[in-house]
Amino acid sequence: MDSAAMEEVLLDVRGLRKSFGAVAATQNVDLTVRAGEIHALIGPNGAGKSTLITQICGEIRPDAGQIHLAGRDVTALPAYERARRGLGRSFQITQLCLEYTAIENVMLSLTVGPRTIFSIWSDPRRDAGLAERAQAWLERVGLADRADVPAADMAHGERRQLELAVALAREPRLLLLDEPMAGMGPEESARMTRLLAGMRERYGILLVEHDMDAVFALADRVSVLVYGKLIFTGSCDEVRQHPEVRSAYLGDAAC
Amino acid sequence: MNRMSGIAVPGRGAAGLFTQWNRRAVFGWVGLLLLAHATDTPYLINAMARFVIYGLAAVSLDLVLGYGALISFGHAMFFGLGGYVVAIITFHAVEAGPLFGWAGSTQALVVWPIALACCALLGWGVGYLALRTSGVQFIMITLAFGQMVYFILVSLQVYGGDDGLMMSQRSQLPGIDLADPVSFYYVSLAVLALWTLFCVKLVNSRYGMVLQALRQSERRAVNLGVAPMSYRLSAFVISAVGTGMAGILWANYAELVTPDMAAWTKSGELMAIVILGGVGTLLGPIAGAAVFLGLEQALSAWTEHWMFIMGPILVLVVLAGKHGLFGYWLGKRHG
Repeated sequence: MDSAAMEEVLLDVRGLRKSFGAVAATQNVDLTVRAGEIHALIGPNGAGKSTLITQICGEIRPDAGQIHLAGRDVTALPAYERARRGLGRSFQITQLCLEYTAIENVMLSLTVGPRTIFSIWSDPRRDAGLAERAQAWLERVGLADRADVPAADMAHGERRQLELAVALAREPRLLLLDEPMAGMGPEESARMTRLLAGMRERYGILLVEHDMDAVFALADRVSVLVYGKLIFTGSCDEVRQHPEVRSAYLGDAAC
Repeated sequence: MNRMSGIAVPGRGAAGLFTQWNRRAVFGWVGLLLLAHATDTPYLINAMARFVIYGLAAVSLDLVLGYGALISFGHAMFFGLGGYVVAIITFHAVEAGPLFGWAGSTQALVVWPIALACCALLGWGVGYLALRTSGVQFIMITLAFGQMVYFILVSLQVYGGDDGLMMSQRSQLPGIDLADPVSFYYVSLAVLALWTLFCVKLVNSRYGMVLQALRQSERRAVNLGVAPMSYRLSAFVISAVGTGMAGILWANYAELVTPDMAAWTKSGELMAIVILGGVGTLLGPIAGAAVFLGLEQALSAWTEHWMFIMGPILVLVVLAGKHGLFGYWLGKRHG
């Protein structure tokens, strides 16, 4: 990673606040993700990680604060506009088109653009070039031989892999990964970790993950969210040493 | 390359059903053409024309119902509007004076596009408002708009109010005599065939792939950069135009338009036809129209309480599988 790429701030969250009634789910959060960086977001259940992610991707609006994507203020933009500006994500609960086969899901991701709505005549399933590109993504996540299986018939772990392929295929600049390893076996989890490590320079990644092995293997920086507040941001080593983090989340056993 | 052939013929999903169905559909079309040709009975020709017109409306409704998961309970408003626009313009051209300074016309190539444009405009307006909601609210709003159109038509005393408006003559097409029942049937059949072909291409296109993705997982589609409103609204407008075309044909077939064409019972009838034939199959609703109208005809000849029998049949089909008659035809593997 050259230093120039590291300089570019892809995601800049400033003073973000969100309350649901009396519950302050996001309290004045500042967060940055640079190009080529994996920034892990950890925290106990109910800390507000998913709420933060959904605000960044635009599904819910913050009460206050700003979100900048590649230098542009996107706070007022709808989710699909942010997606078009290079924000990709995977969901904690897999969001796939269950009737479509694995390869059709990836094709969909590859084919969607602002002008797709006018493409009312060409059949994407007959586009050999598109199929080849989609197949390449399936190979990368380890689903090469499952291309023609409907997503509905896939096992949980396979769907997680497919979810990642769908998110990656668009070549977003910034990726929000909401617990990509959740429900995966150790072998699949290790494969995902290798995959993400191999592609780290192509994206900026905000990674929400409970699997601490994966976090420490991948993250350049780690932020800790507790009750809607970011209590710490630093390197993996720093986070291991931080007393408040240890008591709030890691527990002594994890170190 | 085994893999590539697997992609060219997708095995599953509503879109994949067509490839297996194409051959049977072609046989079906040819059969229909011959049936009309072989018979000289006006009764049968008229029954076939009715079936084709309802089939056209049902295919259009299936586009939003089956592929967009937009449960429009007011689609008869487009059926009614399409018919009324044609009847009103004909009325002004033949009997009453000019309309807004225009003498009116009886030329199909002039009047029909105007009627379709009106339907597109109404579809855009209703869709724009109704698509801000979803689920039950969407059903209720489309129902409300449908009823609005119905009561507007009832209140048009100049155009017959409750009794409707007679069309003194059918629209005129250059080279084709629409007054002849057989020619009219062929024209209707051609419209149905072309429209169905267009809809099949549409749902299998990139546009259709995204439209169906919105139905399966809106969150995923939005996070791929899809603006849901534009896809759903365009589908709604296209569907409105197709249903309006059915209304235009109906006005010409019956030579009479009545407010009933836009009533909620008509919307329900269209929905029943789509469900009977198979939601999200496009070709199924055509079969649904044939069976529905056939049963209606046969049962109502037998008893005036024919709905007593029709109702349970609909329930049975719905319980048997979500693909309706179409799914039954294809066998269990798609159920």
